Amino acid sequence: MDFNDTPEEAAFRAEVRSWLEANAPRKQNANESMRGRHSEAELLVMAKKWQAKKAEARYAQITWPKEYGGRGGTPMQQVIYNQEEANFLVAGGFFAIGLGMCIPTLMRYGSEADRQRYVGPALKGDEIWCQLFSEPSAGSDVAGLKTRAERDGDGWVINGQKVWTSGAHYSNFGIIITRTDPNVPKHKGLTMFYLDMKTPGVEVRPIRQVSGESGFNEVFFTDVRIPDSQRLGAVGEGWQVSLTTLMHERLAVGDSPGPDFDELFELTKMLELEDGPAIKNSAVREKLADFYVRGQGLKFTKFRTMTALSRGQVPGPEASIAKVVSASKLQDIASFGMELMEAGGIIQDKDLSPAAGLFQHAYLYAPGLRIAGGTDEILRNIIAERVLGLPGDIRVDKDLPFNQLKAGA
Amino acid sequence: MNFDFSDDQKMMRDSARKFLGDRSSLKVVRQALESDATYDKALWAGIAEMGWLGTAVPEEFGGVGLGHLELCMIAEEMGRALAPVPFASSVYLATEALLMAGSDAQKKAWLPKLVTGAIGTMAVSEGTGSPKISNTHVRVTNGTLNGVKWPVADGADCDLLIVLARGGDDRLSLYLVDARGKGVESEILKTMDPTRSAAKLKFTDAPAELLGVAGQGLELVQAINDHAAVLLAFEQVGGAQASLEMAKEFAMQRVTFGRLIASYQAIKHKLADMYVATELARSNAYYGAWALSTGSSELPVAAAAARISAIDAFHLSSKENLQTHGGMGFTWAGDCHLFYRRAKWLAHVIGTNRFWKERLISQLERKNAA
Ligand SMILES: Cc1cc2nc3c(=O)[nH]c(=O)nc-3n(C[C@H](O)[C@H](O)[C@H](O)COP(=O)(O)OP(=O)(O)OC[C@H]3O[C@@H](n4cnc5c(N)ncnc54)[C@H](O)[C@@H]3O)c2cc1C
Repeated sequence: MDFNDTPEEAAFRAEVRSWLEANAPRKQNANESMRGRHSEAELLVMAKKWQAKKAEARYAQITWPKEYGGRGGTPMQQVIYNQEEANFLVAGGFFAIGLGMCIPTLMRYGSEADRQRYVGPALKGDEIWCQLFSEPSAGSDVAGLKTRAERDGDGWVINGQKVWTSGAHYSNFGIIITRTDPNVPKHKGLTMFYLDMKTPGVEVRPIRQVSGESGFNEVFFTDVRIPDSQRLGAVGEGWQVSLTTLMHERLAVGDSPGPDFDELFELTKMLELEDGPAIKNSAVREKLADFYVRGQGLKFTKFRTMTALSRGQVPGPEASIAKVVSASKLQDIASFGMELMEAGGIIQDKDLSPAAGLFQHAYLYAPGLRIAGGTDEILRNIIAERVLGLPGDIRVDKDLPFNQLKAGA
Repeated sequence: MNFDFSDDQKMMRDSARKFLGDRSSLKVVRQALESDATYDKALWAGIAEMGWLGTAVPEEFGGVGLGHLELCMIAEEMGRALAPVPFASSVYLATEALLMAGSDAQKKAWLPKLVTGAIGTMAVSEGTGSPKISNTHVRVTNGTLNGVKWPVADGADCDLLIVLARGGDDRLSLYLVDARGKGVESEILKTMDPTRSAAKLKFTDAPAELLGVAGQGLELVQAINDHAAVLLAFEQVGGAQASLEMAKEFAMQRVTFGRLIASYQAIKHKLADMYVATELARSNAYYGAWALSTGSSELPVAAAAARISAIDAFHLSSKENLQTHGGMGFTWAGDCHLFYRRAKWLAHVIGTNRFWKERLISQLERKNAA
C-alpha cells in the first residue's frame, strides 16, 4: 500500500498543476465557488469556455481514447486532475451527465458517423446532453415507462412525457428510452434513441425544486419524428442499453457536493456556544468525530475502488455505497451546522449566515441527492441483493406483457 | 391512572382542527410561502376572534381563563396545519413572559391587547451562537435601549418586544419595548421557512421598561422557554403526525415494480419509525403538559424531554416524508418541503436540540443531588 504518487503520477500532477496555474485563478479558500455569485446563464458561458480550454489541452476526459479527444490516460490520472482542479476557481457541472453517461452510451451503441459528429462538440462543451429516462410513473422502476415510439416509414414517432430531466432546459441533445412494444414484458419492449432537443414537438418546462432553483424539467413529446439512424442499440434492447448508461451513472454520481467535515470543523471554531467555543464542547466533538469517520471511510472506500479501476477491473454494485453514505451525510452535516448557529441558523442570508449560507442551502438540496440517480432505498436493495446476494423481492410485473399490467405498474 | 386529556379538551382540539382545516389549508400556507407577506393577516384575525390568543390568560386581563392543557390542544393543531401566523411568538413567549414576570400594571397594559390580536415576541439572540452575557451587547441606559438583535421571530410585525439586554449594572435583564414606539427599526430577513418571518431589529434610544427582577434575564428567558418548549412540542407533534399521514397516503397509491410502495418493508419500516418517534414525542409532550399545567417542579426536566423528543420526531417525519415521495417530494410545488422547512424553524426557535440535551442532563443531575 502506498499513497504517494508514483514517479509518473507525480510528473503528471506537476504538469497538470502548472497548466492550471497558467489558465485559471486559484481559490482563496476551499469553499470558494462560482455558484451563488452568478446566474445559471452566466455560469453556463463560463463553464463552456473552461471546458473548451480543457478539451484543447486534452484534460477534458482523460481516460477517453485519443481519437475522440481524450488523452488515452488512466483513471488515476483523471483522479489526479480532479484533485488539482478542485483548488482552482472554475465553472463546471453542466457536462457531467452528457460526458459521464450519454456520450459513453453513444460511443458504445452509436454508429461511427454518430461518434464523429457528437463526441467532439460534447467534449468541448459546445453541446450539452441530458438523460431522458424517468417519467411520472416510472422512476425507481424506470422500465415501467410509457413514452411510446412507433414505426413510421423509415423513422419513428415519439409521444409521451419525461420528468425530472436535469438540465433539459439548456441541453442540445438527449438520450431517450421509449416503449416500442407494449405486447411483451416491460423490460423487453424498450428501445433507446437520441434526439435533438429542438426537434419539433419537444417541449421543455422547468420544474422548481425545493432549494429554489430549477435544475430539472418536464419534457413533453408530441408526434416527435426522428430517423431510425438515431436509434442506439437494437429494437427491444433498450433496457440493456440503459444499463450501460446507469452503470456510468453510478460512477458519475456518488459524490455529494457541499459542506463536509472541513467546513463543519471551521464553523465550530467560529461559533460561541453557552459554555465557550463550539469546538471545545464535548458533544460537538463527538459529532465531529462521527462525521470524520464516515467521511474517511468513504474516501478510502473510493481509494479501493480506484485501485480496482486502475487494475482494469469494472467497479461493481459496491460503488452504491458512496451515494448512500454521502447524501445523508450531507443532510446531517448541514442540519448540525445550522444547529450550532442556534437561532441564527434559521436565517438564509449570504451576508449574515456563516460560510455565506452554505449549510442552509445544502440542507435544502440534500434531499434531492437522496433521490436522484437511485433512491437510498433502491441503493440499499442493490447492496442487499447484488452485493450480499440476498433474494430479491417477489416480482409480479416481470413476465406479464406490459399492456396487461395494472395501471401505474 | 388517567394520563389523557379530558373530553372537553379533546373537543377543543377537534374544533381547532376544523377551523384550521378551513382557514389554514396547505393552500393558505403556500400563499404565505409565495407572497412577501410575513404572516396571514386574515387567519390571525380569525384566530383572535376564536379567543385562542387568550386561552391561558385569566379573564381579568381579557383572556378566556382556561389553562395550558387547552392551549396544548390548540398548539397541536397549529402545528398540524403549519399555520402561517405569529402564534408561538405571541402566545407561548410574549404572553407567557408577561404572565410569569409582569407587574400588575404591565399585565393590564399589554395582555388585553395581545389577547385581541396585538403581536408580541422575544428578542434574545444577537446573531449566531448561544445567547449569553458575552454575546449580548444590546444595552439599556437611563431607560433607553440601544443595539441590534437578530433573528427576532416576527420582529417586523410585532407591537410588543421583550428584549434581553445589559442594564446599567452590566447584568442581563428583560425589558419591555413598545415596538411601534420610537427608536425601533426593522429589516426583514430571509428565513429557512418563508411561511414564518424573522427580522433584524435596530434600537436607537428606544424607551424600555424592566420586566421581572433585574439581573435575572437569562434565568427568566429559560423559565419562559420551559413553558414554550412544551407548547412548541405539541406543534411539532402535530407537524410530525401530518407528515406521517401524508407519507402514508402517498405510499398507499404509488406503484413501482407492480406493487404499492407501501408494501415494501423499506417503506413500512420507515413509516413505522416515524410513527414510533411521533408517539414517544406525544407522550413526552403530555408529561410536559401535566408539569406545566400543575406548576410542578418537574417542569424543567419534562420540558426538555418534550422538546428533544419533539424536535427529533418532526425532523425525522418531515425528511422521510419527502424521501417517500421520491422526485415529487423534491419539488417546490409539492407540499413536503413546507413541513421540512417548518420542522427546522421550530427546532431552532428557543434553543436547539444540542442545547436542550445539555440542559436536560444538568437538570437531572441537580435533581439527583437534591
Ligand atoms: C434532483 C434530481 C435530478 C434528477 N435528474 C434526472 C435526470 O436527469 N434524468 C432522469 O431520467 N431522471 C432524473 N431524476 C429522477 C430520479 O431518477 C427519480 O426521481 C428516482 O429514480 C426515484 O423515482 P421516483 O421519483 O419516481 O420515485 P418512486 O420510484 O416512486 O419512489 C418513491 C419512494 O418509494 C421507494 N421505493 C420505490 N421502489 C421501491 C422498492 N422496490 N423497495 C423499496 N422502496 C422503494 C423509493 O425509494 C422512494 O422513497 C432526478 C431526480 C432528482 C430528485
